[in-house]
Amino acid sequence: MEMLKVQKVAKRRAVGVREQGILGVVASGNLEVLFERVVPGTACEIEIATPMKGYDHIWQAVLQDFIDRCSPGGLRITINDGGARPDTVALRLMQGVAMMEAE
Amino acid sequence: MAETTNWRTQEQARNERLQAGSKFADGKMVKPADATALLEAVIRPGDRLCMEGDNQKQADFLAAALVKADATKIHDLHIVQSGIVLQEHLDLFEKKIAKKLDYSFSGPQSEAIARALNAGKIELGAIHTYIELFGRYFTDLTPNVALTVARAADWEGNLYMGPNTEDSPTVVEATAFKQGIVVAQVNELMDKLPRVDIPGDRVDFIIQSPSNFYVEPLFTRDPAQITETQILVAMMAIKGIYAEYGVQRLNHGIGYGTVAIELLLPTYGERLGLKGKIASYWANNPTPSMIPAIESGWVKQVHAFGSEVGMDAYMCARRDIYFTGRDGSMASNRTLCQVAGLYATDLFIGATLQIDISGNSSTITQDRIAGFGGAPNMGCDAHGRRHPSDAWLKAGREAAEGDSPLVRGRKLVVQVVETFSEKMVPTFVETLDSIELAKKLKLELAPVMIYGDDISHIISEEGIANLLLCRTPQEREQAIRGIAGVTDVGRARDLKMVEMLRARKVIQRPEDLGINPLDAHRSMLAARSMKELMRWSRNLYDPPTKFRNW
Repeated sequence: MEMLKVQKVAKRRAVGVREQGILGVVASGNLEVLFERVVPGTACEIEIATPMKGYDHIWQAVLQDFIDRCSPGGLRITINDGGARPDTVALRLMQGVAMMEAE
Repeated sequence: MAETTNWRTQEQARNERLQAGSKFADGKMVKPADATALLEAVIRPGDRLCMEGDNQKQADFLAAALVKADATKIHDLHIVQSGIVLQEHLDLFEKKIAKKLDYSFSGPQSEAIARALNAGKIELGAIHTYIELFGRYFTDLTPNVALTVARAADWEGNLYMGPNTEDSPTVVEATAFKQGIVVAQVNELMDKLPRVDIPGDRVDFIIQSPSNFYVEPLFTRDPAQITETQILVAMMAIKGIYAEYGVQRLNHGIGYGTVAIELLLPTYGERLGLKGKIASYWANNPTPSMIPAIESGWVKQVHAFGSEVGMDAYMCARRDIYFTGRDGSMASNRTLCQVAGLYATDLFIGATLQIDISGNSSTITQDRIAGFGGAPNMGCDAHGRRHPSDAWLKAGREAAEGDSPLVRGRKLVVQVVETFSEKMVPTFVETLDSIELAKKLKLELAPVMIYGDDISHIISEEGIANLLLCRTPQEREQAIRGIAGVTDVGRARDLKMVEMLRARKVIQRPEDLGINPLDAHRSMLAARSMKELMRWSRNLYDPPTKFRNW
C-alpha cells in the first residue's frame, strides 16, 4: 500500500456548513473518499492510500487540477483507492465538493 | 474488327462454371456434404470472392467449406468483403487459398489480422468504409463469386433474410449482374417465403446448412458496465451538443459512451425538456439500449444497417419505429442506411482508441487492426450535401471565418472518449500508432478513422472541445490538450491559451455547462441492467445467452 500526503492552498473556502460526507466504494477501479470540514482557512489536506505504485505524478496532476477547479479550502480529504483511473478520481472529488457545498 | 470481337466472354465463363457446379446440384439445391466440391468447381484461382462476412450475420458454413478446399485447385483468391469476423476468414490466408484482402471491419479478429499482416501472410489492398467498398464492387472490385447467407430459400432460389438483410442485396447485385456466381447457405427450405429479399434469378446454388448461421451480437452493451465518467460525458453531449444545436437526425457508434446517452434521454433529457426537440430520427443499429427512449416516446423512427440478436420480436411489435417488410419483420440494408448516415443525418458520435493533437482519430494500434466499418462514412462532413437544417447551418456558421453570404453547413462529427482507456493507456497521443504501423507494413495510406478536419467536437470527462471555433492550428492543438486530462498530451497544455479558449467557449467544462457532478450517478440511467431493458420492452427483447447473468 502506497501512502501519499498532499497539502494545498485553495483560492477560497468551500461554501456550505456540512461537516463531513463520504462517497464511493473501495472496489476495483473505484475509490472511497471521506470529506471533513476541519482545516482552518483556505488550506486543503489530502491523504491517499493506494495499491498502485508509481503514479505519484498522476496523483499530483489530478489533485492540482482539482484544487484549481473546485477550490476545496477548509477540507480534509481522505482517499481509499482501489486502483481508480484519473477520470474516476477527478469525478469523485468534484462530487465530494458538490456534496459538501449542497444546501 | 468489331464483328469478330466476342462481347460475351463473361457470360460464357459463367456458363462453364455453372456447368461444373451443376454436377453437384439438383436444380439449384446442393447437399451440405458436397459444399467444398461445389466451391472447387465454381471458383477459379485469382477470383475476387465475397463471403458474407458482414457485420453481424456470417456465411459460416460456406466459409468452413471453403477452408477445406484443395489449395492446388483454388488459390490466390482476392477476398473483397466487409467483415473479417470468423477464424475461417483468416485460415484461408494461412492455407494459401487466399492472398489479397480488401475489407472494412475486423472487430473480433483485430489482433489476429494484425499478426497475419505482420507475418506477411496477407497482401492488404485497403481498409475501407462500408459504402466505399460497396462502391468498388461496382467499379474495380466486382466479385466473381459471392457466398451469401439467408434464413430461408424457396425452390426457385428466392431468399428470405428477415431482419439480417444487411449487405446482401448489394453484394448479390454486383456479383449476379456482372455474370458472377452466387451461392447461398440457408437455415431452411420453404415452399412459400414470408417475404423475398433477393430474387431467385440472382442466386445460382442453395445449400441448407446443418446448423443455423452464426450471428454476432455485436452492438449489445450491458448497462451494468456503464461508468459514472461515461454518464458525465453523456450529460455533456446531451446538454452541450444535442440541445445546443437541436440535433434531430443522428447516428450513434457502439461504445458505452453513446449507450449512456441513449439511456439518459428518458431521464436527464426529459428533465432538460428536450423530448421532441432532439434525437427523433435515427440511422442506427437496433440496439437494445434504445428501448427505454423508444418506449418513452422519444424516437420517431430508426432505419437499421443490420439486426441485433434478441431484438426481432421487439422490432416486429414496434412497426411504427422500424422499417419492416409486409411480414412484419424488420428490414435492414447496410448500403442504404450508410447513405442515410452520410447525407441525411446532422450528427455522428462515436468512440475511438487514439486521438492526436490535430484531432485525427484512429482505432488502429500496433497490435490491433479493427478496421473502420461505417464510422469514417458517417463521421465525415458530406461535401455533396445540399439541404439545410438548423443543426447543420449553426455548425457551418461557427466554422466560417467572418460573415460570408455563402456559408455552407457542417455535419457535427463528435468523438466521445475517456482520457485514459483500460490499463491506463492514454487516448490522447502526440502521434497516432497507425503512422508507425503504415511504415512497418509499407502501406501507402496510414489508416485514419476520422480525419481531424472532419471532427467538430471532442468530448472527454474534462470537457467539450469545439474544433469548429478554432481559427488556427495552435488553437486547435490547445483545445485538444485542454480536455486531455492528465495524459502527457494534457499536461503539456499552455495554461493561458486554454483559459482564453475557455472564455471563448471553445472549451467548456461540465461546470460551465451547469452540470452537477452529483448527477453523474448510475441512478440516472433509464435501465441499469439487461433485466431492466427486458422489462422496458415488456419482455419482447430476448437477450443473447452471454448477456444473461440470471
